[in-house]
Amino acid sequence: MRRGFRFWGLVPAWVLMLGTLLIPLMIVAIVSVAQRGAYGGFEWAFTLEPYRQILFSVGWTDELEFDPKYLFVIGRTLVLAGATTLICMMLALPVAYVIATRTPRMKTVLIYLVTLPFWVSMIVRVYAWLIILGNDGFVGRIWHALGGQGTLLFTPGAMLVGMVYSYIPLMVLPVFAAIEKLDPALLEAGGDLYASRWTTARRVILPLTWPGLAAGSILVFVPALGTVLEPMLLGGGKQMMMGTLIQTQFGSARNWPFGAAIALVLMVMVVIVLVLNARRAMRKEARS
Amino acid sequence: MSANHDVRHYPGAGLMTTVFFLWLYAPIVVVIWFSFNENRLVSVWSGFSTKWYTAALANDALMDALRVSLTVAGIATVISTTVALCAAMVLSRNSDLRFAKLSETVVNLPLLLPEIVVAVATLILFSQLEFTNGLLRLIVAHSAFCTPFAFLPIRARLQGMSADYEEAAQDLYATPFTAFRRVTLPLIMPGVFAGAMLAFVISMDDFITSNMLATGGTTTLPVYIFSLIKRGTTPELNAISTLLIVASLVIATLALALSARAMRRA
Repeated sequence: MRRGFRFWGLVPAWVLMLGTLLIPLMIVAIVSVAQRGAYGGFEWAFTLEPYRQILFSVGWTDELEFDPKYLFVIGRTLVLAGATTLICMMLALPVAYVIATRTPRMKTVLIYLVTLPFWVSMIVRVYAWLIILGNDGFVGRIWHALGGQGTLLFTPGAMLVGMVYSYIPLMVLPVFAAIEKLDPALLEAGGDLYASRWTTARRVILPLTWPGLAAGSILVFVPALGTVLEPMLLGGGKQMMMGTLIQTQFGSARNWPFGAAIALVLMVMVVIVLVLNARRAMRKEARS
Repeated sequence: MSANHDVRHYPGAGLMTTVFFLWLYAPIVVVIWFSFNENRLVSVWSGFSTKWYTAALANDALMDALRVSLTVAGIATVISTTVALCAAMVLSRNSDLRFAKLSETVVNLPLLLPEIVVAVATLILFSQLEFTNGLLRLIVAHSAFCTPFAFLPIRARLQGMSADYEEAAQDLYATPFTAFRRVTLPLIMPGVFAGAMLAFVISMDDFITSNMLATGGTTTLPVYIFSLIKRGTTPELNAISTLLIVASLVIATLALALSARAMRRA
């Protein structure tokens, strides 16, 4: 290949990503220490006010009061994203195992069926759960028939169902890939040594599929941290998460610097997860 | 050994998988099912009707949103596929390149970062530059996050193909560009089409970025659907959602089939 193209071929990708991702992210960092504009937006003046706002609110007499309101939002985000990841793991293991033990043709079909809903617009998928969980919906009616009170919607449970539904394909695929590589002889060896099925599952299958589970966890946890639609529609706006908090600051609340500060906290959380994962992958490479 | 004593057989796992697939498709089926409901109330079935589709097709606001979505998705697909194709060509044929690994990460960056953070970041930059044309804003932002989806199938196709063909063409005095146009491009075309279709679907379906960057008059289909949900669920909303579901599923299926076939041939 011509030397010129080796350079020029990558230029459009770099320009696009610098212009829409890397430079904007740097500007977010700057705006997060800028002053709030009178009519939305921001003014170029240094202040730590946006970060102060995460922890403290200003009382009647201008004194700072510790206010855990936003810490709860951050905590809720971490708990719900973590719970989503755990539930996805528990669902993906048996499902991926069953798929991996089918005939090659059946495997292709089932994996295709797992990925397909992922291509349906997020807004439509979340809307579908809004109908199903609503008071007139299928699950909502069963809930009332069983004597349940109130509505299932606008609860953390409803958000969790929506989040697991949105991100489950991202867990099944890597777990399936890991289980497929498993040597069936190892499972038989476990049986020959009088291990029960569950001992084999715990001592043979689980350790060997761990890389798949770890990869899937990253793929689920990272987007779950920044999720917006589930808290907005299924949580009814009362159950704020970081994604919705950022969205409101740039929308109706018109406090860009505070929104930028929350966005930066979210970015730092994501980067920590990605760095930990990269280090794990590097250690694994060094061992083999 | 009978199935019951086979250590590879887990009782209950099969049933759980069946339930899993029912759960996976129930929401999609519910939306499609109730779009044919004659009743005004979304979840009270009272007979088959296609009147909500007639109503949807006569809805001017919906048609405007559809036009915006198709324009943005069409242009963003062309841009992102071109960018991805150039990057994939360089990265697949020059593994010794400095910054190869970094460049690959940069191309895939939109997959690693939370969309809401990127959306507000882009909003800040655009408003600082006083870049206010809603349609262009959407096209630029969509081009960026569609690029990895176009990149991955093209990259996979190129990796499955030996560089011998191009070298043979160049030995026959084809210029590098001719070799690319007449030899490489036809061979990787299934990957390029698959990537373009996935990029198109991702752009058509996007809500978060479009909602953040849209200005008056550039409401995309998912943003319009969101505004309808806020006003309350109606069967017409189900009809519109069904149209989007069917379009997404058909295009995604074509793309996946194309790249699977290309992989088998390689």
